[in-house]
Amino acid sequence: MKIKSKIMEKVDIFRSLKRISHEIIEKNKGTENLAILGIRRRGVPLGEIIHKEIEAEEKKKVASGILDITLYRDDLSTLADKPKVNSTEIDWNVNDMNIVLVDDVLYTGRTIRAALDEIMDYGRPRSIQVAVLIDRGHRELPIMADYVGKIIPTKSNEVIEVKTDETDGEWAVWIAEKTKK
Amino acid sequence: MGGMDCRENKEMRKHLITLDDLSKEQIISILEQGKAFKEILSRPIKKIPTLRGKTIGLLFFEPSTRTKLSFELAAKRMSADIVNFSASTSSLKKNESIKDTVMTLDAMKIDIYVVRHPSPGVPYIIADHIKGSVINAGDGAHSHPTQAILDLYTMWERFGSIKGLNVTIVGDVKYSRVVRSDISGLLKMGANITLCTPKTLLPRYVIDARVRHTFDMKKAVKDADVIMGLRMQKERQDSGIIPDEVEYNHFFGLKSHLLEHASKDVMIMHPGPINRGIEIDGEVADSKYSVINEQVTNGLATRMSIFYHFVEN
Repeated sequence: MKIKSKIMEKVDIFRSLKRISHEIIEKNKGTENLAILGIRRRGVPLGEIIHKEIEAEEKKKVASGILDITLYRDDLSTLADKPKVNSTEIDWNVNDMNIVLVDDVLYTGRTIRAALDEIMDYGRPRSIQVAVLIDRGHRELPIMADYVGKIIPTKSNEVIEVKTDETDGEWAVWIAEKTKK
Repeated sequence: MGGMDCRENKEMRKHLITLDDLSKEQIISILEQGKAFKEILSRPIKKIPTLRGKTIGLLFFEPSTRTKLSFELAAKRMSADIVNFSASTSSLKKNESIKDTVMTLDAMKIDIYVVRHPSPGVPYIIADHIKGSVINAGDGAHSHPTQAILDLYTMWERFGSIKGLNVTIVGDVKYSRVVRSDISGLLKMGANITLCTPKTLLPRYVIDARVRHTFDMKKAVKDADVIMGLRMQKERQDSGIIPDEVEYNHFFGLKSHLLEHASKDVMIMHPGPINRGIEIDGEVADSKYSVINEQVTNGLATRMSIFYHFVEN
């Protein structure tokens, strides 16, 4: 992997998340029945920041949770090593909620597809929206984001690495290039 | 969709026949991920698509209620297709050998075979003749690894760690495949084990330098974090190994007055089915210390985790 350049610093990431938080409030006309659901792993710290920002801005409690989509992946039977399964944590009733899924990068759309299927097993939400820090294109499914931090057109041999304090000890977004093996 | 490998040690064996097929790290991996599967069981729709397209064969050559239902439900919760085979209604009645039976099944492309058999070692024979994985659901008095995993999970979930736990096992040790797997797993995880059973029910090969044995129930339960009862296998007791059930209960039964000697939040476990008034008194089995029903739920979650770990691509 050859690192090419840093696309976002911590301050840029937090500005984007702040704007996304405000767009979520605007689009949902407040926080009634709103829930923020971070997708493991890097959607979780991003979701937490958005959740805190919305609660602080509106001065209201907003539901939040964590989604682990591993068991809903469509490529499990093609992987040599099975990925580690973590718990999904949703301790509120999904029915009639407006759920905002949060993830770091929107790429093929397959993670979001898996997340949609998993949420439906919890009940029937009123709506599901998608917030991502980076949209890098190359969709393989008809899925789009409602809230985007930054659109970054990429080549398919490039990799976007979002680093968060919780998972990597720093906040940054890097673009790297896969080196041929 | 990156992520870590679910197996701490990638050299996972293909079959789960005894607990020796798993390293300590692999056991921890199954336990940790069991938590995620347990959460699924509390959802409104208790089904995940993970094993869609996979086929699981349940080969029960011996009667079973809870283990068979548990495996069957675990497979269904994960969207696998299941085929049931029971000895009493099969061509075994026409003297077909086990080898020919499983080779026939293998031609039907089964991914995982769950095997229970009254004779120890049969899962090994089956493993030699098939392409899929074998999971032992109990073979004679030899081994019952998935029961041990669910027992370990129940302790691990409550206490956070198994290392250093005082685990007392009472009841019929001799005919119990559960106890052999439990001891193997508990030693691997670093628990202190005490057995309390009459000498006639204590097989020589269970006596290990790391396992304590006593004939005194009071001593056995002292400071115990976990007390596990084992079923008196009445169907295997024809030879009169114990003189009398009432006498046995008097000296070796788990009674409520004994619990005051144990740790104050002692956990009472039993693999079931229980014989009330023999190895365990009803008031103990129904007490607030008892987790016997929780074990059943945990059995389902851990078997899902085991399927996830052992299914091959």
